[in-house]
Amino acid sequence: MEIKILGPGCPKCQQTEKVVKEALAEAGVIADIEKVTDAMKIAGYGVFGTPAVVVDGNVKLVGKIPTKEDVKAWITK
Amino acid sequence: MAAGCCGGGNDLMILACAGGSNVGQLSNQAAVELTQEGFGKMFCLAGIGGQLSGFVQSARDVPLMVAIDGCQVGCAKAILELAQVPVKHQLVLTDEGIEKNKDLCLQRADIDQVKAAVKRVVLSSRPGAAAGPAVMTGGCGCNRG
Repeated sequence: MEIKILGPGCPKCQQTEKVVKEALAEAGVIADIEKVTDAMKIAGYGVFGTPAVVVDGNVKLVGKIPTKEDVKAWITK
Repeated sequence: MAAGCCGGGNDLMILACAGGSNVGQLSNQAAVELTQEGFGKMFCLAGIGGQLSGFVQSARDVPLMVAIDGCQVGCAKAILELAQVPVKHQLVLTDEGIEKNKDLCLQRADIDQVKAAVKRVVLSSRPGAAAGPAVMTGGCGCNRG
């Protein structure tokens, strides 16, 4: 599983990364996490804002911090 | 993508039908000018229609959105509904008294009328909002409550 966190590194982006990592740990799921900070690469995903979370190529959330429940739902489907 | 991180907090997404008539192109021109003036940010309706996840999820998650349809056919609204995106606000330009035709030479007065109508629709949903130009740009939402 591949998870990408899109964002330039603002506090909400950092919080998103923290939530994702905690959710993965709690669910016992191993995934590759990549932070995408380059504006052009982020633009390539067609997102309106950041932070955004991409799971296996599908954008799951845009412009807000996910909950751990959100993340667990994405990674266990 | 939206403007830089933490640049704004209200995140108004503007979606224009951009159809092949005067009203379709009026929707697009109004979206362009409102974006340039800082009243929201136009976004790609075609990406939503194409079911591209970044565009669809952005439309689902944005707190404030207006869809501008040129006429009652409602293509923008239909695209959003097909993508299961809640239509938060819709403006239909023919309902604003602008007659649909194939004259693509847009009139300044019509563009200004559409821009004013968009502002009316959006600001009416935000009690206490100023009637003047509002800065509603996309962003990371760092300032969002």
